[in-house]
This record gives sequence, structure tokens and C-alpha cells, in this order.
Amino acid sequence: MSDVRVAGSGLTAFGHSPERTSRDLFAEATVTAFEESDVPRSDVDALLYGNFMGELSEHQGHHGPLMAEAAGIQAPATRYESACASSGAAVRDAVFRIRNGEDDVVLVGGAERMTNLGTAGATEALAIAADDLWEVRAGMTFPGAYALMAQAYFDEYGGEHEDLAHVAMKNHENALTNEKAQYQSAIEIEDVLEAPPVSEPLGLYDSCPISDGAAAAVLVSEEYAEEHDLDAPVSISGTGQGGDRMALHDREYLARSPAAREAGEEAYADAGIDAADVDVAEVHDCFTIAEVLAIEALDLEPVGEGISAARDGRTTADGETPINLSGGLKAKGHPVGATGVSQIAELSDLLSGDHPNSEFVSDAATGVAHNAGGTVASATVHVLEVDR
Amino acid sequence: MSDDDVQDAGFDEWLDAAEDDAAYCLECPEGHASLPPRRVCPDCGATDLEETTLPDSGEIQTFTVTHVPTPAFEEDAPYATAVAAFGPVRLTGQVVDADLETVETGLEVELEITVSETTGERVLGFSPV
Repeated sequence: MSDVRVAGSGLTAFGHSPERTSRDLFAEATVTAFEESDVPRSDVDALLYGNFMGELSEHQGHHGPLMAEAAGIQAPATRYESACASSGAAVRDAVFRIRNGEDDVVLVGGAERMTNLGTAGATEALAIAADDLWEVRAGMTFPGAYALMAQAYFDEYGGEHEDLAHVAMKNHENALTNEKAQYQSAIEIEDVLEAPPVSEPLGLYDSCPISDGAAAAVLVSEEYAEEHDLDAPVSISGTGQGGDRMALHDREYLARSPAAREAGEEAYADAGIDAADVDVAEVHDCFTIAEVLAIEALDLEPVGEGISAARDGRTTADGETPINLSGGLKAKGHPVGATGVSQIAELSDLLSGDHPNSEFVSDAATGVAHNAGGTVASATVHVLEVDR
Repeated sequence: MSDDDVQDAGFDEWLDAAEDDAAYCLECPEGHASLPPRRVCPDCGATDLEETTLPDSGEIQTFTVTHVPTPAFEEDAPYATAVAAFGPVRLTGQVVDADLETVETGLEVELEITVSETTGERVLGFSPV
């Protein structure tokens, strides 16, 4: 079984560019990824591409060949759709392809064009990740679903909005030096608490922004990396995926994410690590409460205690296990289909010393990327390790 | 829905039943409950599912007040959405006939099929008992 190496990656700036097509966004990300990887486009065996709402935002289906063309590669291409975990699912299949020897070089990526829909249109588009009959038609929005989980968490384990505000403040702080981030601005606790409510208890600053953007990564087999003398010190050593009932109300727990726990346990076992080995993580903080649920599901915090992790400094840049040093979805932005691969790109750079925040994890050997779809009816987790 | 004349089989019959105070869930021989349309028990794969009447009242287990809705609820906002347990199943619904400040976990509610002020479409609702 071949080890999987990250040969290079590329991100567009995440943010507001309503006029840019997803094919243009993705092309830009791939140009950077190929430059960084030193892998010729002609060596790519397959493109696995994540996108969620292309039908709604661009009236476009069948993204695979369109994006292969945009990237300038002649290889079979398939789109992956698993809501916000779309490109995490693509990474997982890329790992399998390389491990089983089928492919030596796989281009993974994703893109999303969202801001052209406006806030109401994007809210409507995001809602299709929930059960249309039983949730959306009752008026549940995507922020509304996470608000239901936040209230359930408060009722069951305690905590308050101010605890969540510390998650938002931390992630904005982390994004200050990330030139790809949508928000490179600090916020205070009061900004979060006084922001307009979206779905109570969550307000504007508890929510990730609506974003346009793309991410790409060139993944290669260890043999290919050695043969071509690539500088690829980071490997993807573990992969896991979990699933759950579609509607939040059909789950056993309203304030936990078993699909992410399942994915995490599988990925840790695959990599031969324990949660205690994790030095740094990029987690799917589409809302502040989502980061809390994620670090508990990944066993980085006991259930019921993740709520205080940011406030008490355990997950800040100088804390024991920094979470979302990229700024996370909250500050970096969340172009849905790009997010899973962008986490791999950020984490890879953090571990290899090529990230503006690498100084906070200079001794780190092991990182984890957690990508979640819907109200975590889908989740993928990947373990990345760097040669030291 | 893409066409107002076309219903969603299973779901619309359920709303009809709820309007007649005869809401139900589907139960398999193992006692797992789920919502229609459903041919197979999602918990165990059993295919002999039977309709079981839901209790008249349920209890709110979590809730939120939504200020930024989808376009289909533009005129309805702000409104409260809750997850309530009705016997063996939970449902997501809009809380009606209640001041938003009075909605809380533990509140006893009954089903009330209401309509969206924005679209006139039927909406699964809860009203305090």
C-alpha cells in the first residue's frame, strides 16, 4: 500500500467575487497547485472535484469534465457532492486510488460560487443540505439547524453565547495574517454578542460568511514523489468517513455529532494514532457551535467541555491544541465545495512550515482535518503527518 | 415543489392526517419509528412497517428564533422553529400561537398544520397546549 503525499496545493482568495465563474476560480487554484507541486499536468490520472450548489448558482451540472478542461488536464474527472463535505469526500477517494496503486497522481479540489445568489438565495441554496420535506418546509434554515443544536447543547451541558463568541474571536485572530482569508480583521466579544441575530442564539458573527472560492491539491504516491524527487514532506496517513440520519430530529443526540466521531475514530486507527497525538486541527466551524461539537467528536475535548476550550485558551494559537489556525470557515470563508480541500492545503502548509501561522506549531508532527456536511449527516476526517 | 398541482406522495397524506388530528409514524416489528414516505426501516431494514398514531401532545426539546429566513418564509420572520418529541418520533415545526419569548425547552405542544404567510404553502406547526 502506497503512502499518499501532498505534492502541492493552491487556494484562491476566499470572499466576494460574484462575477467570477467557478471554472475560473478553480483554474486559478490549480495553477498555483501545479506550480507548487512541480508535477506536470500530463501526469494526472484523475480529477476528483467537490461542488455543492452549482445547479442553483450557475445553472451548471456535470462539473467533472468542465473542471478538468479548466485545469488543463486530460484525465477522467468526477464531481463529488456531499453538501459541505463534498471535497473532503473527494480527498478520501483520492487516497484510496493512490493507496491501491490504481493512480499515481490525483488532482483533488473544489469550488463554489455563492455570493451571486445574494443572502436570501444563498440561504435557500444551503438549506437543500437538510431534509426538504421534514425540515426545510417547516422553515428550518441552515443557521437555524445549528441554532437548534446550540440551544440543545446549552440545555444539556451548560454554556452561553459568550463562550461561543470566544470561538469567533479566536478564529478571526488566526486569520489576521492569512492573505487568502475573507476576513482579516480582529473582532471583540462585544461585536459577537451585539451582532444582529440570524437564528437565536446564533448571530451574524457566529456564522461563517457566504463565500466564493476554490481549492486544489496535487496528491501523489510516495513512489512517484521519490522517483521525481519532489519536495513533499506531508503525507495523508489516515482517512475516515461517518454518516448519520439526514434530519437532525431523527438523530439520537441533538447536541453531538456521531458521524464525525465515527470518521475520526476510523481516521485515527487508519493512521495508527490516538487523539492525544493530534497537535493541530482544522475543523468545520460553519458556525461557532460547530467547532465545539467538532472538537468533542474528534475526542480533543470531553463531551460537554468543548464549549470552554476557546475561552480558556486551550484551542487558541498559543494553546495546547490550536484549532483553525487558518481562521477556519468562520474567518477564512466557506465556499462550500472548496472547503474540504482548503483544509488539507492549510494544514499541509502549517505542518511544513509554509504558513504564516506555522510558528505556532513548529514542533507539530500530526494534524487533523474535519469536514462536515449538513448538520453532520456526513463527515470526513483526514490525518496529516509531516516528516521531521 | 416545482409544480403546485403535484403533491409529494406520503408527505402530503401525512399533513392531511395531521389536519384531522390523526398524525402517525411508521413502526417496524422491532419498534423503530420513522416518518413517511418510507418503505424500509432506516434502523434495521425491516420492510413491514405499520402506521401508529402519534400522541396528541409533544414536548419541545430544542428551539430557535429565526430572523434570516429562506425566501419561502420572508414574510413569516421572525419565527420560532422547534424540535418536539411526539412519542417515538421527533418532528421539526414552526411554533405558532405563542409569543416568541415564551417558547422554551420542555414546553408542551400539539400539532397544528399552518400556512406560510409568504407562500400560502402548508407548514408543519406546533401550538402550546
